[in-house]
Amino acid sequence: MSEVRFSNDTLTLVSKLIGRYPEGRQKSALLPLLHIAQSEFEGWLSVPTMDYVASLLKIQPIEVYEVASFYSMFNLKPVGRCLLEVCQTGPCWLRGSDDIVIHLEKKLGIKVGETTADGMFTLKTVECLGSCDTAPMLQCGAAYYENLTTESVDALLVKLNADGERSSYMK
Amino acid sequence: MGKQFLLGNIKVPGIHTYDVYRKHGGYNAAEKALKTQTRDQVIEEVKFSGLRGRGGAGFPSGMKWSFLDQKSDKPRYLVCNADESEPGTFKDRFLMEKLPHLLIEGMIISSYALGAKTSYIYIRGEYMYVLRILEKAILEAYAAGFLGKNILGTDFSLDLYVHPGAGAYICGEETALLESLEGKRGLPRLKPPFPAIAGLYACPTVVNNVETIASVPCIVNISADLYNDIGIGKSTGTKLISASGHINKPGVYEIELGLPVEEFIYSDEYCGGIWKGRSLKAVVAGGSSVPILPANLILKTAKGEPRLMTYESLSDGGFVSGSMLGSGGFIVMDETTCIVRNLWTFARFYHHESCGQCSPCREGTGWMEKVLHRIEHGHGHMSDVDLLVDIAKKIEGNTICPLGDAAAWPVASAIRHFREEFEYHVKYPEKVKDPKHFEKEPFVSEKLERAVH
Ligand SMILES: Cc1cc2nc3c(=O)[nH]c(=O)nc-3n(C[C@H](O)[C@H](O)[C@H](O)COP(=O)(O)O)c2cc1C
Ligand code: FES
Repeated sequence: MSEVRFSNDTLTLVSKLIGRYPEGRQKSALLPLLHIAQSEFEGWLSVPTMDYVASLLKIQPIEVYEVASFYSMFNLKPVGRCLLEVCQTGPCWLRGSDDIVIHLEKKLGIKVGETTADGMFTLKTVECLGSCDTAPMLQCGAAYYENLTTESVDALLVKLNADGERSSYMK
Repeated sequence: MGKQFLLGNIKVPGIHTYDVYRKHGGYNAAEKALKTQTRDQVIEEVKFSGLRGRGGAGFPSGMKWSFLDQKSDKPRYLVCNADESEPGTFKDRFLMEKLPHLLIEGMIISSYALGAKTSYIYIRGEYMYVLRILEKAILEAYAAGFLGKNILGTDFSLDLYVHPGAGAYICGEETALLESLEGKRGLPRLKPPFPAIAGLYACPTVVNNVETIASVPCIVNISADLYNDIGIGKSTGTKLISASGHINKPGVYEIELGLPVEEFIYSDEYCGGIWKGRSLKAVVAGGSSVPILPANLILKTAKGEPRLMTYESLSDGGFVSGSMLGSGGFIVMDETTCIVRNLWTFARFYHHESCGQCSPCREGTGWMEKVLHRIEHGHGHMSDVDLLVDIAKKIEGNTICPLGDAAAWPVASAIRHFREEFEYHVKYPEKVKDPKHFEKEPFVSEKLERAVH
């Protein structure tokens, strides 16, 4: 496995981010850095990745692990190239999010929490994403896909497959 | 249409850019405050305007500001709470996406009033694309001289940064938010000390909701007097309502506080009535945490008076027959809604989001989810209904932060108003096998049925 290291451009960004917090408070940059790390290293946080972030912030690795495991946007295991996060909370359920989940499960041949055999899609259910007026909806990377129907979901899968790009909150 | 203090210019093309915002009167309030008002004058204006926290608790904003420890020689901080994760609430996203400069202007004036030299906007990580919009707008504001050193030639300097969360409802609770901003897990702190004394980095800190801060420029612009002309009693000004669920026109609406609930639901200017020509069954008026009310009690109070969109009217009747304005997350349910299933999704949410510090919340939210799951899926016992009430009671008031209460209230209120529906699930398990059980045939209370026949 290649060494975990940010590019020089990213390292410049990192020191800029650390500079947003008072001296001695560099740990504040942990969440922003973990977002960058997850985006740059295949969509998940491995132990070496977290150790690297700890070294950048001059904190103990455990301080990174306990934070990474607390927040739901950080993946501690590999995920498919596209992480589909379907909102399942009340307001979305009222407008048919269950049907969207069932449709995706059928279409992809997997259950919620699983990844397709080709490593392309991981299906996840999440809690209210603050888009209840355009329910049902899902998030993939930074993008919100709203007012979903089974047809628009099909079209989305075709598009994502064709793009073949890894989803990232940072793009 | 009522007064539009916040969204008045929302339809102007390009209003998210500095130039257009400025051309339409943007940053005039910042200029007025920084050049012609003292810090105390701004705080007095906000106090006098009657503005109350728009994040959910409705605490008077001016009073909160005046609690900030001004004697301490430590830096003071203003932190904007843009964590917006209360189910049914999406107004802050709308506001930041469409009018980023309104929030920035509010941050400038508020930071000036509080004496903060560095301020942060803590935004939920899922809103990363909104964070980009804000950062772009912040750069524009720096370039125009409204952020940075010696703003408008005054001796006031301010740096403003946006900080992403990473998926945790609890980080909307202000002390959990501060922990998270310090790079830790979002575990709420024991209070006191309150953030006004020891907040971010143990320095005096004010945490305010996005909408609260975005209301400040308007108050400075038009004066507190004109601001509190709008509204009724202690509910002054306008409020953004996030309307979702079974209505014809879901979306964000700015209303004058005092608007009748009935008008809000049925007028074409707002929700446009219940979809598919169906009838109204229930409303959760202030985000998932507030008590649910059946149609009759949301439209009229127990005393038979029209229910109004104000802090006071929505809570009229206490928890027996009232609810709360909360965050303004207005979730509407039509006659085909299964109250039990909706509640189960809420219970699942709170279980998922409990930070785990306090046993009553950590364990209780899990039990409630489990018991609701079994009732909804036809495996419940009659005693489960009272068991739920019992668990809710044991969580409420017994936790460090109000997430426990927020999990307990929806359960207690749903059973209070819809007990028969829970019992129906236990009595007729075969009738609730289909997950869409009430869609073809709405649930009718047996009492009602007897009255009809
Ligand atoms: C579990 C929990 C979640 C909360 N989430 C939010 C939130 O997402 N946004 C918000 O502004 N306030 C939220 N609050 C309220 C904050 O603790 C705090 O009262 C508020 O940010 C103060 O700002 P305001 O006075 O301007 O309303 C939450 C409170 C609790 C207990
Ligand atoms: S419930 Fe799905 S976005 Fe709010």
